[in-house]
Amino acid sequence: MTTTISGWGNYPRQESQCMTPSNAALLRSAVNQEGSFIARGMGRSYGDSANAHKVVGTSYCNHFIYFDERTGKLTAESGITLREILTVIVPKGWFLPVTPGTSYVTLGGAIASDVHGKNHHIAGTFGQHVTSLNLVLGTGELLTASKHENADLFHATCGGMGLTGIIISATIQLIPIQSSFINQKTIKAGCIESACELFEDNNDATYSVAWIDCLAKGKNLGRSVLMLGEHAKEGGLEIDLKELVAVPFNTPAALLNSMTMKTFNTIYWHKAKDKPHHAVPLMPYFYPLDAIGNWNRMYGKKGFLQFQCVIPKSDGVANMRKLLVEVANSGEGSFLTVLKQFGKANDSLLSFPTEGYTLALDFKLNASTMQTVRRLEAMTLDMGGRLYLTKDAVMQEATFKATYPNWKKFESVREKYGAIGKFSSAQSKRLGLA
Amino acid sequence: MKKVLIIGATSAIAEHCARIWSARGDELYLVARNEAHLQTIAADLKVRGASGVSINCVDLNEIGRHVELLDAAENAMGGVDVVLIAHGTLSNQASCELSVEETLAEIQTNALSTVSLLTTIANRFEAKREGTICVISSVAGDRGRASNYVYGSAKAMITAFTSGMRQRLHKSNVAVVTIKPGFVDTPMTAEFNKGLLWAKPNSVSKEIVKAIDVKKAEIYAPAYWLVIMKVISIIPQSIFKRMKF
Repeated sequence: MTTTISGWGNYPRQESQCMTPSNAALLRSAVNQEGSFIARGMGRSYGDSANAHKVVGTSYCNHFIYFDERTGKLTAESGITLREILTVIVPKGWFLPVTPGTSYVTLGGAIASDVHGKNHHIAGTFGQHVTSLNLVLGTGELLTASKHENADLFHATCGGMGLTGIIISATIQLIPIQSSFINQKTIKAGCIESACELFEDNNDATYSVAWIDCLAKGKNLGRSVLMLGEHAKEGGLEIDLKELVAVPFNTPAALLNSMTMKTFNTIYWHKAKDKPHHAVPLMPYFYPLDAIGNWNRMYGKKGFLQFQCVIPKSDGVANMRKLLVEVANSGEGSFLTVLKQFGKANDSLLSFPTEGYTLALDFKLNASTMQTVRRLEAMTLDMGGRLYLTKDAVMQEATFKATYPNWKKFESVREKYGAIGKFSSAQSKRLGLA
Repeated sequence: MKKVLIIGATSAIAEHCARIWSARGDELYLVARNEAHLQTIAADLKVRGASGVSINCVDLNEIGRHVELLDAAENAMGGVDVVLIAHGTLSNQASCELSVEETLAEIQTNALSTVSLLTTIANRFEAKREGTICVISSVAGDRGRASNYVYGSAKAMITAFTSGMRQRLHKSNVAVVTIKPGFVDTPMTAEFNKGLLWAKPNSVSKEIVKAIDVKKAEIYAPAYWLVIMKVISIIPQSIFKRMKF
């Protein structure tokens, strides 16, 4: 069936022939079709990484395969969402070792994006907790890959944006929890320097992330609210999955402008207070935006670009200041800007996180957005940083190849396992991957 | 804890009902044709909390095997509290028009096989004076339309058959629940362009399970199809026969 698809940012859009195999056997045989395609889960990557002329949906392959309640090892098909996984594992005293900011992503997507969470500095990325995965190659062969078996394929697949094959199923190691509550602590930082200092001081906190007022200027530049979290020990293991409050249609884009965003950010900053540890439920802590279905529609019909970069720790604070000056001067930017300190990089070839600071924000699409994002891209390149492929819709090929030096190795692994010409997305074409 | 027999367990709507029952810890007996698919679903439902899951691979058009199938389900679970009949195929109207054989085969799958199952199940539930029988019919059964009247007329039979059976079994404390889903986004309807009226199987399933819980007679799922079908059913023949949909 031909339909128009896009990523979560609603930009860019593309006409696409979509098929959604109704079971894993049919998903496997999807590689036999003519031409190249890309696997697509919930379509929650922001840009065009799950866009292609042909896409193969994994949503019907959403079955649990096995869950060992004693060891916390969970095996499931790739189309299952993290949200579904949580409904089963949390009441049994287990939690995801790493989780992104939305639970509406699939297991396969989490691996292909090698997603990170608020505990990156301690736990690394999602892929580091995958004990093994089953992948159907371009040749039709089904292979198991792990850190020990077909390790080159494994490290190309984690963070590989679906370009090595279709992930059919995977096993992950969960972490034990005693409660479905998080003890949260809030600390305000008046400027970017003090925010980065606070990350350093709280490096032993399990979860840490900062909301940042990206529109504040001058002495307030980079003022932030740092949120630290630890798994609580009390409160029970219940999990409350509320029905979504949906945004039923694209709101007029004019509603979100620099004025309303500035107001929102200023109010948010002044409302936040330093707070010692207090218990909050797990779902709103990890997935605040999941309470609003289709929040992406708030950016209007044209959609938005998300920009997420990481810059190295050395000169990181000064460089972060430069980026924030650029953002604040542009007058654009979002009501949810996030700053976080990353830990060390892992062995996966296209995995995004590297040691340093990461900044993520949305830009509503308008005439000047592209220029702003291009300037930020160039600055990131100069600073020795890189952009997150899962958020990207516009990065230039040269930037990608300069900032992901393992891309050649990635291509050779793809060649070895028959992926070339079989798996490609609008993004992989834009970035000059075969 | 309920003992639920699900016939046509690989259908997306039935599977989502099974997930809800599993989360409640119910025991399930799954029947469908595709064994590998059944095994996948059974493993999934166990993880989701079902207290027991058995599978039985049967082609329901083999009507001679229905009694044996019901016996097997009763033996496996030590009785049956709820039966959900959800199997079926979405007929290809155009090719049915060219083939008597295909038309009758569709009627066989979507109506007669269900009638056979219902007849046996009704007698057993009537004898023990308890149980709930739920059948997935369709809005398509409310009025035959050019685009799918083969499927629609099979479903019309199911709607009328269950309506009568509901009256008959009422005095025996057996509930018969007729479900009329509208457009549901499932593998069965993969070829359709999806518009505003399309519902997801998990939301339809919630309504089905609720209807079974409270022993509703007949529901449209989602409920707004009640209004749509009322309007469609009062269109005068003189106009209706000229309409194309």
